Amino acid sequence: MEKDKVPQDEGITQGITREVQYAVDENGKYTKVFSKGWEPKNIVNDIAWDDIKENMEIANEKIKSGKASPIMYFMAKNQMTPRLLADYVEIPKWKVKRHLKPKGFSKLKTEQLETYAKTFEISVEELVNYKPE
Amino acid sequence: MKLDFEHVPAGHCENGVISSLLRYHGLNLSEAMIFGIGGGYFFAYMPFVKVNGIPLASFRPVPGMIFARAAKRLGIKMKKQTFRKQPKRAMDELDKVLEKKLPVGIQAGVYHLSYFPPAYRFHFNAHNMTVYGKENGIYYISDPVMEYPTTLTHEELKKVRYAKGPLSPNGKMYYPIQIPEEIDLKSAIKKGIKQTVEWMLNIPVPLFGVKGIRYLSKRLRKWPEKLGPKKAAAYLAQMVRMLEEIGTGGAGFRFIYAAFLQEVAEIYQDNRYFELSKEMTKIGDKWRKFSSLAAQTCKGRTSDPDAYNTVADLMLEIADDEQKFFMELKKLID
Repeated sequence: MEKDKVPQDEGITQGITREVQYAVDENGKYTKVFSKGWEPKNIVNDIAWDDIKENMEIANEKIKSGKASPIMYFMAKNQMTPRLLADYVEIPKWKVKRHLKPKGFSKLKTEQLETYAKTFEISVEELVNYKPE
Repeated sequence: MKLDFEHVPAGHCENGVISSLLRYHGLNLSEAMIFGIGGGYFFAYMPFVKVNGIPLASFRPVPGMIFARAAKRLGIKMKKQTFRKQPKRAMDELDKVLEKKLPVGIQAGVYHLSYFPPAYRFHFNAHNMTVYGKENGIYYISDPVMEYPTTLTHEELKKVRYAKGPLSPNGKMYYPIQIPEEIDLKSAIKKGIKQTVEWMLNIPVPLFGVKGIRYLSKRLRKWPEKLGPKKAAAYLAQMVRMLEEIGTGGAGFRFIYAAFLQEVAEIYQDNRYFELSKEMTKIGDKWRKFSSLAAQTCKGRTSDPDAYNTVADLMLEIADDEQKFFMELKKLID
């Protein structure tokens, strides 16, 4: 790719940074050029985020129909699986799975709620009182 | 205390950190040179390794390998430490080394990285950055994929050093402790190139090197039928992200390798490497075309088999080009 063809499509870098792109100059020599982004990258990044949003919506539906606890929503929001969440809260995965159900969630002690809330970077109140719109 | 450390933005974090750490100690080797010596160019399709439930296609060897090989070939000794479940010790040890006026490379997860654009923030744990100072509980950070130097608080830094999940850093930190007076660059380059040639052409498993590209091309054709439009698009999108997102320098490291070959041409005083670099640029351009077509296909979430066949055909063409390229390179280096 030539230096003057390095794309500058604003998108996922959100004006916060620019990425280094290797390209050749007028003498055919490689040089590092800053790029604001490239549309194909924006597209595939959007697709990854769409999937996360979809998981959040699925969680909300389950919470509304009484099949899941608020943890399900925040787990999805934080792009986590029960396995990864279990690593963060440092308990076995089967326990996390139990807490994903309303029944298991209602039995959680304050201490455990605090651990979950801290992992999700929210307050215990936000976690306990979460209601999907 | 803030060390006199030069922040140099790079295409890729791992090579960028090593290049910067060595520069601090007076050894000037570019990111591309480290990448080439470390044998960073690769292709692997690993259906048994899944990221977000999607089989992994990678354009580089496993994290840490480029760096370990480059250090070995250059005769550089690195001190590497991890601190499993000991975040306090990991932070104390970092402070201790900084006090000795040594910048430190650390491994980090990007999900909690506060200075990253939000769209970058996924659970990926093999990111690298340099810590080059500390004042009033704030750490000075040189993250090669950022345009400018940044900072993190004590808590923020601790958090990213203890990200959980696959490839969790466990507080990993590293810095050079011994750099030889004389570096045999020519020999290190030769070893790096030989290994890349070997890995791209001769690994007797169909998932790696040019064979891997052909294998994935065959699989990719069946995605729309096998997985349905939505999942097929997610698979293809992930491939484009591996090629282009955060830190490949473009086209799955192919342009960085082309830059490396230009440096080799000068060091060896052999223009044939410069000519080969042009071929590599063409290969990189074809991967860019792949990304562009693939992204369009994903966008429509189409299950049109023709769209998948088009990108699969392009992959076959690239596999032929890469094979031819490495056979030529082999002739030069042998």
